[in-house]
Amino acid sequence: MRFSESQLALPLAALFVTFFVAPLSVLVALSLVTEQGGNTFTAVHYIKFFTDSFNYSILFETLLLGLKATGVCLLFGYPIAWIAARAKARWQSVLIFLVILPILTSVVVRTFSWIVILGRQGILNQIVLGLGLSHEPVQLLFTEVGVVIVLAQVQMPLMVLPILTVLTRVDTNLADASRALGAGEWRTLWRVTLPLSLPGIVAGCILTYSACVTAFVTQTLIGGARLIYMPLQIYQQAIGANNWPFAAAISVIFMIAVLALISLFGMFGRRV
Amino acid sequence: MHRGHQLRLEGITHRFGEFVAVQGIDLDIAGGEIIALLGPSGCGKSTILRIVSGFISQTQGRVMFDGEEVDHLPPNRRAVGIVFQNYALFPHMTVRQNVAFGLEAQKWQRDRIAPRVDEMLSLVHMREFAERMPRELSGGQQQRVALARCLAVDPKVLLLDEPFGALDKNLRLDMQIEVKRLQREYGITTILVTHDQEEALSMADRIAVMSRGCIEQVSSPTEIYDQPATLFVNQFVGTTNIIPGELIESDATACRVRLVTGETLEATSRPGLHAGAKVVVSIRPEHMRLQDEFVPNCMRGSVKAVLPLGPYVLYEIELGAGATIKVSAPRRAAGDSLRALGQMVHAAPAKVAACLVFPSQ
Repeated sequence: MRFSESQLALPLAALFVTFFVAPLSVLVALSLVTEQGGNTFTAVHYIKFFTDSFNYSILFETLLLGLKATGVCLLFGYPIAWIAARAKARWQSVLIFLVILPILTSVVVRTFSWIVILGRQGILNQIVLGLGLSHEPVQLLFTEVGVVIVLAQVQMPLMVLPILTVLTRVDTNLADASRALGAGEWRTLWRVTLPLSLPGIVAGCILTYSACVTAFVTQTLIGGARLIYMPLQIYQQAIGANNWPFAAAISVIFMIAVLALISLFGMFGRRV
Repeated sequence: MHRGHQLRLEGITHRFGEFVAVQGIDLDIAGGEIIALLGPSGCGKSTILRIVSGFISQTQGRVMFDGEEVDHLPPNRRAVGIVFQNYALFPHMTVRQNVAFGLEAQKWQRDRIAPRVDEMLSLVHMREFAERMPRELSGGQQQRVALARCLAVDPKVLLLDEPFGALDKNLRLDMQIEVKRLQREYGITTILVTHDQEEALSMADRIAVMSRGCIEQVSSPTEIYDQPATLFVNQFVGTTNIIPGELIESDATACRVRLVTGETLEATSRPGLHAGAKVVVSIRPEHMRLQDEFVPNCMRGSVKAVLPLGPYVLYEIELGAGATIKVSAPRRAAGDSLRALGQMVHAAPAKVAACLVFPSQ
C-alpha cells in the first residue's frame, strides 16, 4: 500500500477533528437549543445575552482587560526582550529563565503569592507605607489594576519570547548603519529596530491577549467576587445556574469577539 | 570637488579581555586618499574600522580627523560613512527612504532632502529604482544604493567593509571601477577593509598589510608586491616560492645564499642579515625562467606538473632535497610547445632584485 504525502497528515487531522472540531460543534449546537437535551433549535440565548446590558458590559470589560494587560505586557516586555537580545549569551539565558519562571510555577501557587504581595498587609503595601508614599494601604487586591499587574507578569513570556526571537534575527549592521548615518539611539530604535521587530510584537500581543482574557484562575482569585469577567460568567452559568445552553451561547460570543480582535491585531501587523 | 579630510590613528591598541585585537597601530591617511587594510580574517582590520567609526572605544591611542581628536564622539556624531559587506539597507524602507534616512537624521530641511536624494541616486545610476524595496534589487544595485545613502550625508571618511565580497567576479570588477570613480569624484578619504589582495592592489593608493593585530607594512601596491618588508607580506600578497638556505656572504646590495638543494643563489641583501644566518629565499613564480642549459645562478630540477592556465603555463619543478617550486611561463604565441613531464630544466631568477631573503622563522 502506498501513501501519498498528504495522507501523512491524517493522524493530526483526526486528532484535530476529535478534540477541537467536534467539541466546538457540540458547543455551538448546545447554544442553539432551549434547554439541555432539548431538540428545538432557537436563538433565544443569544437574544438574552444581547438584550441584557449586564452581559455585554462583562464582555466589554473582559476585552478591555485583555487590552490593558497586553499593553502593560508590551510596555515592559519589549525592553526586556531588547536587553536580552543584546546581552551576552550567559546573561541572555538568565534573563530568559527569569521571564519564563511564571510558566514553571503552579498557577494556584503563583496567584496566592500575588495575593500575599498585593494584600492590605501585603509586601507592596508595607513598602508603600514604610516609604511614606501613602498614609493608608492602597487597595490593589480585588481591583482591576491588581488583575492587570498579575496578568502582565504571568503572561510576560508569551510577549517576550516572540519579540526576542525576531530581535535576535534582525541584522545588527542595520542599527550600526543607522547610527553611522547620524541617527541617535532613540531614532534608531523608533525608525529601524521597532518596525523590524513588528512581526514579533504582533505575535506576542496575540498570544498575550488570548491568554489574558481567558485566564480564569488569575481573574477570579485576584479580581475577587465583585469583578466578573467572561470566563467566570461562563463558569457560573454552566456550573452554578446549570444553564448549559446559555453558557454555550456566551462562550461562542466570547470566542468570536476575541477572534475578531485578534485578527484586527494581525491586520495591523501586515499593513505596517 | 573638495579636498578630503585627513585621518590619523595614533598608537591604537585594543583588547577584548585578555585578547589583544590590535596593537600599536599608527597610520596617517592623507585627505582624499584611499587606503586598504589587508589581512587574513581575525587580523584586527575590522576592529580598526569599528574604532574609527566609534562603535568600540579603543583601550589606548587616539583617532584624529584633521588633527582633532574624535574619541569622545559617538558614532552618530563622527560623520563617518560605512558601506557594510551585506550593504545593511533598511529592508522596510524604499530606496528613496533609505537614502533620505541619514539626511532626516541630520535634520536637513525638508525641501532640500528630495533633490539631494535624486542627485545621489542619479550619481549611482539608480534613479529609476527609487520606489523599489531593497529585496527587489540585485547585489550590485543594493551596493549602489548603500553608497548613495552613505555619501548623501557628506561624510568626512568613507569606510568600506569587505564591500565586494558578496558580488560575483565580473560585477565585482565593475563595482570596483565605479566605487573608485565616485571616490575620486568626491575626493573622500577612504579606508577599504579587505582580505582580497587583488581588490586591495587594484583599488588602493596605499596598502596596510596586517597580521595578528599589527601593521606589517604600509606602502604603495607595487612596493608591497615587489619589496615586501616581511615574509608574511610576501606570502600573503601574491604567491611566492620559499626555499630555505644559509647566507654565505652579504654586502650592501647583494648576498649569496647556499640553498638546501646545494646550489647557491644570488639575492638582494637585507639589512641585519649576516653571513651564517639561516634564511629563506623567496622568488615569485613569474620572476623565473626555465632553461635547458645550465647557467650560473640557477636551480636544477625536473618537471613534476604542467598546468596550462590560458595566458601562461604553471610548472611545478622538483628540486633536490624535497623542495619544489612553481614557475609560471608566459605563452608568447599560440602553439608554443610545453615542457614535458620529467624533463630536466634549470630555473633561473630573471633578476637579482627578484630574489629576496628573509630571516628563517
